[in-house]
Amino acid sequence: MLNASLKELSTELSQRKISSVELTKLFLARIDALNGKLNAFITIDAEKTLAQARTADARIAKGAAQALTGIPVAHKDIFVARDWLTTCGSKILSNFIGPYDAHLIERFNGAGAVLLGKTNMDEFAMGSSSESSFYGPVKNPWDPDRVPGGSSGGSAAAVAARMAPAATGTDTGGSIRQPAALSGVCGLKPTYGLVSRYGMIAFASSLDQAGPFAKSAEDLALLLNVIAGFDPRDSTSIEREPEDYTRELDKPLSGLRVGVPKEHFGEGLAADVGKAVEAALAHLEKLGAKRVPIELPNSSLSVPAYYVIAPAEASSNLSRFDGARYGYRAKDYKDLADMYRRTRAEGFGAEVRRRILIGTYVLSHGYYDAYYLKAQKVRRLIANDFAEAFKRCDIVVGPTSPTVAFKIGAKTSDPVQMYLNDIYTIPANLAGLPAASIPCGFGAGGLPVGLHLVGNYFAEAKLLNVAHQYQKSTDWHRREPEGLKS
Amino acid sequence: MPLTPEEVRRIAELARIGISDAETRTIQGELNNIFELIGRMQKVDTEGIAPMTHAQGLALRLRPDKVTESDQRELFLSLAPQKEAGLYLVPKVIE
Repeated sequence: MLNASLKELSTELSQRKISSVELTKLFLARIDALNGKLNAFITIDAEKTLAQARTADARIAKGAAQALTGIPVAHKDIFVARDWLTTCGSKILSNFIGPYDAHLIERFNGAGAVLLGKTNMDEFAMGSSSESSFYGPVKNPWDPDRVPGGSSGGSAAAVAARMAPAATGTDTGGSIRQPAALSGVCGLKPTYGLVSRYGMIAFASSLDQAGPFAKSAEDLALLLNVIAGFDPRDSTSIEREPEDYTRELDKPLSGLRVGVPKEHFGEGLAADVGKAVEAALAHLEKLGAKRVPIELPNSSLSVPAYYVIAPAEASSNLSRFDGARYGYRAKDYKDLADMYRRTRAEGFGAEVRRRILIGTYVLSHGYYDAYYLKAQKVRRLIANDFAEAFKRCDIVVGPTSPTVAFKIGAKTSDPVQMYLNDIYTIPANLAGLPAASIPCGFGAGGLPVGLHLVGNYFAEAKLLNVAHQYQKSTDWHRREPEGLKS
Repeated sequence: MPLTPEEVRRIAELARIGISDAETRTIQGELNNIFELIGRMQKVDTEGIAPMTHAQGLALRLRPDKVTESDQRELFLSLAPQKEAGLYLVPKVIE
């Protein structure tokens, strides 16, 4: 049951072979057994969770079930959920009980899914290793001495270790796809604006996008069906007709033009990762796809531009954490300014402080044109590169991350090395394009490698089609970490 | 151009984040490494390129002038570090 797909779980539930309460208890027991080792969850509240499972069972009994009714789903602790502690991985929100539900949480509640728990993450989603959490680092289920990737590392680890059948995350520069790759699961960042940001604690508003983690592309499609859609409470939410993201899953890939960007196969790409990705490309060709060499010439500028835009937006978004209205407040202070300084010095971790400082500097008087405006122009160049590429291909395919999972502590003392983990994922955020990572093999040390798929705007169904066809004829996505076999 | 310790202190003050003298040195080094990375974008020619503020060319939506929020004062105040008489309490700013 721990290994079942969402479709299988849904069938079991609707045929009354298992109740939602029983299913939820199985996952809670699994979490209980493994969380001490992996630290994937910040908050578990069995009582609240099981109450929701009982409600789901009543709904199933009435014959009013939807696809995900009764299925437990873990949520990144960046989504505000009513009556749940919502920390964003930070000390500054360590006492913050959600006073309302995020749009994404509302959608899952409406679908009758069960909130299984809140997952651990890099503080304020700033990181690529899930080590900067106030609640301690998340461990990679494939090797607990290694990071699971980040920032949504808790969600990725939870799915990889079968502690949750599915989970949610957010992706500002790769925070869904990179942990999916390093933890050997599937993750999808939808087109910017497809999933409402309402109640998702803001990091960089022009880049942040929520998305699902699961064991297969088919499961991702079912999850996206629940969370996508217009919400007037997010000013950048896009108004468009709802889609069924499962509709193209079974289309054959014959004639598909797969764009392979040479810039993502050059210096910096580890040989083991390159080998697994090459094998996956060959497999797509075997399925009828055509390989098209493409260029993303400004790709190398994406990390520099991102580290202006994201911190600039973060410095503005995080100004709300001042100790006045909610969250942590410093104990001793002499006046209001001192209360702010101490609260923010004590409440934010080193990486968050660092990014606020970068953002404050690039937006400060006299530097705006040289940094922020320049970065926005570079952002346009990167988006234009993709626009050119999509004239010649249907999907862009490459590695998600330059290496397999690295050792805990290996990059914490060198922020620049940490930032370069996201070199292949950041361009899709800057352009606003949908992108996914799916397992495509193993590298050194038996650690998972992720295949990165980038689609054109709103081409999620196509992305999931390619991923599903790949998964129908391979079994990388079914592999489980040795030693944690469910 | 590398940041000086004075600039680091000035930025920290703008951001309302207290930093000690010992931290100033470390932060200065880290920020300078990051700005070296950021500096790589300066070499590309962006003459005549329109800045991209956003992934989607969206205009702000208008909505009908109707009340959509209910009064949740008690709920929100329950999260406050300090409160008094239905108000958030902070140190006195006007003598």
